[in-house]
Amino acid sequence: MTVPFEKPIAIAILAMGGQGGGVLADWIVSMAEAQGWAAQSTSVPGVAQRTGATIYYVELLRPSADGKMPVLSLMPTPGDVDIVLAAEFMEAGRSMMRGLVTPDRTTLIASTHRSYAVGEKEVPGDGTSDPQMVADASGIAARRSIVFDMQRLAEKNGSVISSAMFGALAGAGVLPFARAAFEDAIRAGGKGVEASLRAFSAAFERAEQGAADPVQRKPDPIELALPATSAHPKLDALLVRLRAAVPPSVQPIAFAGLKKVVDWQDPRYGEEYLDRLAALHKLDIEAGGANRDYAFTGAGAKYVANALTYDDVVRVADLKTRATRFERVRNEIGAKAEQVVYTTEYMHPRMEEVTGTLPAGMGRWLTANKPLYDGLDRFVSKGRHVKTGTLFWFAGLYVVSALKPMRRGMLRHEMEMAHAARWLDTATAVLPTNYDLATAVLGARRLIKGYSDTHSRGLTKFDKVMSAVPLLSMRDDGGQWLGRLVQAALADEAGTTLDAALQTIHSFDSAPA
Amino acid sequence: MAERSFAREVEDLTLGEGELFRGEGILAITKALLQSGVSYVGGYQGSPISHLMDVLADAKPVLDDLGVHFESSASEAAAAAMLAASINYPLRGAVTWKSTAGTNVASDALTNLASSGVKGGALIILGEDYGEGSSIPQERSHAFAMKSQMWLLDPRPNLESIVKSVEDGFELSEASNTPVMLQVRIRACHVHGQFVAKDNRKPAFTMREALENPVRDLNRIVLPPQSITVHDREKLEQRWPAALDFIRERQLNEFFGPEEGPVGIVLQGGMYNSVIRALQLLGLADSYGNTSVPLYVLNVTYPLLDDEVVRFCQSKRAVLMVEEGHPDYLEQAVNTALRRKDVQTRVAGKDRLPMGGDYTASVLMKGIQSFLDEFEPQMLGNRPPLPSAEAVLGSPEVKALAEAVPARPAGFCTGCPERPIFAAMKLVEKELGQHHISADIGCHLFSILPPFNIGGSTMGYGLGPASASAFNVPAGKRPISVMGDGGFWHNGLNTSVGNAVYNKHDGVIMIVDNHYSAATGGQDILSSRAENPLRSTNNSITKAVQGIGAKWVRQIDRTYDVSKMRDTLKAALTSDVEGPKVIVASSECMLNKQRREKPLFSKGVKDGKRMVRQRFGVDEDTCTGDHACIRLSGCPSLSLKHLDDPLRDDPVASIDNTCVGCGNCGEVSEAAVLCPSFYRADIIYNPTRLDRVVARLRGAVIGFLQRRRAARRVAFA
Repeated sequence: MTVPFEKPIAIAILAMGGQGGGVLADWIVSMAEAQGWAAQSTSVPGVAQRTGATIYYVELLRPSADGKMPVLSLMPTPGDVDIVLAAEFMEAGRSMMRGLVTPDRTTLIASTHRSYAVGEKEVPGDGTSDPQMVADASGIAARRSIVFDMQRLAEKNGSVISSAMFGALAGAGVLPFARAAFEDAIRAGGKGVEASLRAFSAAFERAEQGAADPVQRKPDPIELALPATSAHPKLDALLVRLRAAVPPSVQPIAFAGLKKVVDWQDPRYGEEYLDRLAALHKLDIEAGGANRDYAFTGAGAKYVANALTYDDVVRVADLKTRATRFERVRNEIGAKAEQVVYTTEYMHPRMEEVTGTLPAGMGRWLTANKPLYDGLDRFVSKGRHVKTGTLFWFAGLYVVSALKPMRRGMLRHEMEMAHAARWLDTATAVLPTNYDLATAVLGARRLIKGYSDTHSRGLTKFDKVMSAVPLLSMRDDGGQWLGRLVQAALADEAGTTLDAALQTIHSFDSAPA
Repeated sequence: MAERSFAREVEDLTLGEGELFRGEGILAITKALLQSGVSYVGGYQGSPISHLMDVLADAKPVLDDLGVHFESSASEAAAAAMLAASINYPLRGAVTWKSTAGTNVASDALTNLASSGVKGGALIILGEDYGEGSSIPQERSHAFAMKSQMWLLDPRPNLESIVKSVEDGFELSEASNTPVMLQVRIRACHVHGQFVAKDNRKPAFTMREALENPVRDLNRIVLPPQSITVHDREKLEQRWPAALDFIRERQLNEFFGPEEGPVGIVLQGGMYNSVIRALQLLGLADSYGNTSVPLYVLNVTYPLLDDEVVRFCQSKRAVLMVEEGHPDYLEQAVNTALRRKDVQTRVAGKDRLPMGGDYTASVLMKGIQSFLDEFEPQMLGNRPPLPSAEAVLGSPEVKALAEAVPARPAGFCTGCPERPIFAAMKLVEKELGQHHISADIGCHLFSILPPFNIGGSTMGYGLGPASASAFNVPAGKRPISVMGDGGFWHNGLNTSVGNAVYNKHDGVIMIVDNHYSAATGGQDILSSRAENPLRSTNNSITKAVQGIGAKWVRQIDRTYDVSKMRDTLKAALTSDVEGPKVIVASSECMLNKQRREKPLFSKGVKDGKRMVRQRFGVDEDTCTGDHACIRLSGCPSLSLKHLDDPLRDDPVASIDNTCVGCGNCGEVSEAAVLCPSFYRADIIYNPTRLDRVVARLRGAVIGFLQRRRAARRVAFA
């Protein structure tokens, strides 16, 4: 053997089916060939074409002086890949798990946007993965990382992510080809050339700058500043009361709560909210909450507001008919000014919603009268496509939302307030002896969400979690355990994780703490 | 016509002598067939060989010009049987399918074909669906070659070698009167490379000449005593030696590197590039494949030329057999060849290389290193550092990714019409409890994954209902089986539905009709709705099922109607009609529908026509973040959004702009009584005057009411 092995440039593209990983590979190959290089690409698309994770692999090498073609590999070798292009951030993580990114040679070019996997999305709570872990890993695995949101950049330029990634590859300066060669490859491809070139160019410049986009699993919650004054004397009065009712550290969240409560009903409801809050805070002080930054009051501010603003038909009708909502829809779907937009709501009212909206006594009577209830249910309980943009349906929703002033007398309100009272009683009962547990009891309110079946499933889980409170009240770590139960309840729909966690807690009984 | 055009690829089929072909491996094979003077081509689509079928389906003018007959066979069995045309006539024929799935189906015909022997070259192109990216059980086609005595080619994975192999294959077939299988692995099918084309060749003998001059030869018919006295003797005494001679004389196997050496490597042709890469990394080969280790490359892996094997091995201390997959047929054959000649060369192989899985460059690098370490360590020289990711894979940061990086299996596309079918099944499951569900092959098999988790077994294409046939006993629950339209026409009509009718099976059969053979790329089938001038389409599944005797048959023409799907399924599970309860759930594959309609929509908008686009959205104010909707959908466009609202803990559902407005999420949330958060937006592009007037009127009234309420509302800004 005379000639030493001249290593080809090895490029792995990790993408999901439908993301255009193949287009990107084709561009790289056609560019290299146009520059007189030997290029080989392979892939294993198969069923992964249907939204699954897949990989494309490209090798490039200059042919020998006598025109001999090199022998190129059909698959990447861990530790031997020069460039990894990941069309989604967790796919960048996958490339590292496969050993394709190594600190001696690999430039990692990855889009920071997330496309959640089904496993992340289906969790009843928050099952999303933490992108920071991928960022941390790339910090030690990659020789160099170029990470920014290429999806958004592509969309902004009316194109798709493959053009942005191609631009980032060019801007990274890791291939021995001039920018014009890249752009020629796009032109030769012939489809959506102008938009592709725009996205390419924007990504090129963005990659040249080099700075990484920060990654974050979720945005930090906004901290609302209390306005000095509002437009209305009643609201001003509420602000004054709020400042007096809770300490400054709790005021932002309490203001968010107050705002939601008032919006849900009226300023008087805001007063009721502040009454409850002040009562909770008084107990908090007695329980020595000062040393704990009044965590109990804080949790109360958040979850009492949520408990008071349960989702009922009046609320839904109100939200669906607001002008701000009409506007938000137009923005969300990207409608242009000249386009006409109509929305159709998919609703399925049941008799529960009807009785809940009736005056409490009448609602109870009707619920008890089974033949009548079932008879009416046949007319009520069916899917309805509500065209909110038409006068008939808008008027219907408008009338329902106009029932707001009668809400305090409705059956649903009575039920919700009774439930909230039991919940708050549980919390305040354990507060003097177990501060953390009491705070966690307030937090368990998170489990109650949704409508109909979802709502009742949430209630069941909430009750199950609450059943553990007596078992935990004597434990110092009772609050932590209750928090764990809440997390377990949010892990799956059937409640399997929760049941397992509850068993653990029941086993505490037999073993000394 | 399928909704994807291959007009661009068809152009490549007309390249002439000396022109450079650039493209995918499987298309190079397609071109090679035409260069070889093939008379007829058939096959069944499937990854990784779908494109061969797709391109030829679009290439009618080219094929007509050459006088080549092409057909999309109903199944691999039909394709294999097609090769019978080469038994009595000097016609070259080629068929293709995904293997071993398709070879299993084709076996009956192949056995008979191999027994009869062929006069014209018969080539079977196998997409060896093995290793990463495969969608079938991990088996090898090698066994079929051995059991039926067909020859197996496994060319080096570059376009030039593959094309040569097609040409050699026909000649080998004719020289030895034996069908020849050409196996190409997934990556080789999809590899982009180049070769210098030749002119296409018209077949020397035409289909028409054959048809008008029929030949009958009793010795070619499979019936005792011919199959025993004639065919088996021919196989052993004539065809086998003829093949060996041809392979030897034409040097179909290749030798690389120095002629002599203390050690050597015997490899399947398909392993060549990975072996070379391994040698390159070990410092034993250069970029162009010049190697210091002698290589014996088997472009023909069956039969083995014992004398060639002996010649390569006898002067060597040891050879390494590189053979992907199990069992180790070749290694055993090499050992036998050497033992017969009492050659004492050591044969290494599966003792250091893995029994199963992909033989990647890094797997081979380790195997070859271990081989050389034992038998010729000085070849490893100063041992250059080998590429490795061990260090980084061992770091806590990368290890931690196992927790974070989610599995991302394939799933239903955005707007897939099969999603609502399984959403309905899940709703029925919630009401009537879990049922035994037999699944089948096709996109609908994604139901076994989250979020649906539906289906307990798969047996093979069109066998879903047949695989539930044992469960035909009185019981409190009925079995449910699923089958796609592809599987139905492949063999399910008889094997599954006919079987159930005849045996009065009490189960429910759900036939998923998406108007295409969708999983394999959206090819037309008998019941496709498109008018196809070359094929007979629009043949109703419902009528076929009724024709075969099914009594309880319901057709649903809009699967997105989840309530109707659910109620029909419930009716099927509770009906007291005897025999199978068949539901034909029918809506067009969204991927293909979009391929057709998206360009039309854009053109309409561009031309200023009034066009309405529908898409769905979620009101984040009313969504409470339970994600029950996602657990009944899994649609890629239905995702999550984290809010910055300090009062909210969990992310809400959110629909992105890739939504195609299929309606599933709205229908599901209505049928399952989930929540009122979903809305459909109808966006009217280029609204007419009337649209604008009506919208203005409505806007005026609604706006007035909204302003009135806003003015009265006392709330913080």
